[in-house]
Amino acid sequence: MQHFINVLLNGITQGIVIAAFALALVLIFRSTRIVNFAQGSQAMFTTYIALTLMNRDFPYWAAFAGALVAGFIIGAVLERVVIRPLEGGMELNIVIATLGLYVAIQALAAILFGSDYQSFSSPVGLSGFQVGDLNLALTPTSIFVLCTVGVVVVGLTLLFQKTQLGLTMRAAAFDGEVSRILGVRVSHLLTFGWALAGLVGSVAGILVASGSFIYPSYMESLIAFGFIAAVIGGLDSPIGAVVGGLILGTVNSLVSGYLAPGLVTIGAFVVLIAVLLLKPGGLFSSTQARRV
Amino acid sequence: MSTDITTAVPAAPRGPSAMQRLVGLNLVRSLLVSLGVLVIGVVLLESTDAYTNTQLSSVTYFTIAAIGLTALTGLNGQISLGHGALMAVGAYTTALMLDTDSPLPFPVIALAAILVTSLVGFVVGIGAARLHGPYLAGATLAFAIALPSVALYYKGTFNGEAGLTVVAPQPPEWFVSFIDAVSGTFATGSKYVAYLGLFALVIALFFALNLGRSKVGRHWRAVRDQEVAAEIAGINLGRTRVQAFVISAAYAGLAGAVMAMVVRLAAPTVFTLVLSLSLLTAVVIGGLGSITGAFIGSAVLVFLPPLVTDLSTESGLSDTQSAQMSPLIYGIVLVLVMLLAPGGVMGTLSMAWRRQRARRQLTATPTKKG
Repeated sequence: MQHFINVLLNGITQGIVIAAFALALVLIFRSTRIVNFAQGSQAMFTTYIALTLMNRDFPYWAAFAGALVAGFIIGAVLERVVIRPLEGGMELNIVIATLGLYVAIQALAAILFGSDYQSFSSPVGLSGFQVGDLNLALTPTSIFVLCTVGVVVVGLTLLFQKTQLGLTMRAAAFDGEVSRILGVRVSHLLTFGWALAGLVGSVAGILVASGSFIYPSYMESLIAFGFIAAVIGGLDSPIGAVVGGLILGTVNSLVSGYLAPGLVTIGAFVVLIAVLLLKPGGLFSSTQARRV
Repeated sequence: MSTDITTAVPAAPRGPSAMQRLVGLNLVRSLLVSLGVLVIGVVLLESTDAYTNTQLSSVTYFTIAAIGLTALTGLNGQISLGHGALMAVGAYTTALMLDTDSPLPFPVIALAAILVTSLVGFVVGIGAARLHGPYLAGATLAFAIALPSVALYYKGTFNGEAGLTVVAPQPPEWFVSFIDAVSGTFATGSKYVAYLGLFALVIALFFALNLGRSKVGRHWRAVRDQEVAAEIAGINLGRTRVQAFVISAAYAGLAGAVMAMVVRLAAPTVFTLVLSLSLLTAVVIGGLGSITGAFIGSAVLVFLPPLVTDLSTESGLSDTQSAQMSPLIYGIVLVLVMLLAPGGVMGTLSMAWRRQRARRQLTATPTKKG
């Protein structure tokens, strides 16, 4: 019983981080139909910025805020400099450009910050809670992770549902052409969307790092799992990203807890294929796959 | 162009001689191109040192895989981020089959590798046939990260993280004496492997050249460009997509077989996601859909990194920094190619050539009329 509860708790914590990262991918995909493979590298880079700030004796929260600002700026700059000129061309070209960014940013981080493992502190404790005789695999850090992602999800929901900006963004994502005719500055919104995704991505980067180590490729597995979770969820639905992340995290934890840790990636592959065979557009996709 | 069309005798309008017509045949033309590549390959291998020989063998397996991916992505429009994993299937098959006291000859092993990889490709292709764009990318990416863990799980057969050391085949007598006759040098094991890679490449090239111009190739293009029209014309979409995936997997299998012998190792660390992504970038740098582009992209992939590392060591960077310079430059090159030459090297060249020709025709037209 204790094992099962811990496997489940572990899965939820893991899943919520995957969900946060998948959210960043979805934010970009729903407005531009682009999968940003560089998202993980961007997040890794901003986590290094946070670490540098902490090493210069800035408090944790200042470093956290610094990473978010950096993520926001990097996202906006990449959209303006690299993605914007490529739009309207072949889909594959943008994919390749983001893959290039992924490799280049990772190498740049290794050159600037070194490729050793460096520990990244957590604002709260790392030892598990004890309930009666149960040693729970729930630590203050995992609660911190859950709360932070909760804040992000609520924040994004409020932004999209309650603000003028969010409403315009949804309109632009739904039909850019019509929005443009109605006088919406769609191009500014796209830049803002990338910036926002960069910010959400850097939250995920810090959450993965908290209480653990960072090195230039530490986000690699999350890139893959985040992408898979986003695809499971349907790629253009924020709720789908969260559900996809939680499903994937739980499955990963179950596989690793009851079968073998080495089979985790196979489990993810099986879940993805099963979902895509049932719904080729993902669980929460708004667009129907075209059949002739 | 010709001024005497009205006065020509009936046999003449055809123009080309029997020889030219023979060259015009697809089969003969592909054969000539492939033989040309074979000759250039032999000259390159015999005129360079052992280190460059190894690099050239890397170019051969990258190109084989890139040609397969060119067929899938360029002709059929399916994207795959998982071809590195398919290469792993070919490589592990080869490693297992070479690890006996009297291994079968390489062509047989290569065929087995192709067969096994095609089977895996068939299974993946059935799933892939229903998916589009980013969903397909997601599924193949998941495949790329999932497959290596099979090797980790079945430790008994695949030796886990350490992987299988490949016992490269020894060059036979006739090969040694042949090389001795050609260049007067002693044929080493790695030179033999380089030649096996070259032959595999030439055969793969021959098939690809014919495929592109065949009925099958036309069907693939039709499905890529006009899905609905293709289906109305009686082309089975699903079957065509699976077919493209299987053939492309066969190429990856052959590439994996050669790679196993060049790298001398079949291990999860060799067949990472990065390998799959590199293949895709090789295809795109060269020019999507172009076989010449696959050659160019693979050469860039093999020769650029050591060049950059050497340059940065010379300019006084530390070893770790130099090692990271090549992925940095590589990534920047990718982005720049997409920004400045989105058609890749071949696309840009052919565009420039077409523009040149159009300009020439434009200047030629008035004089003709006047």
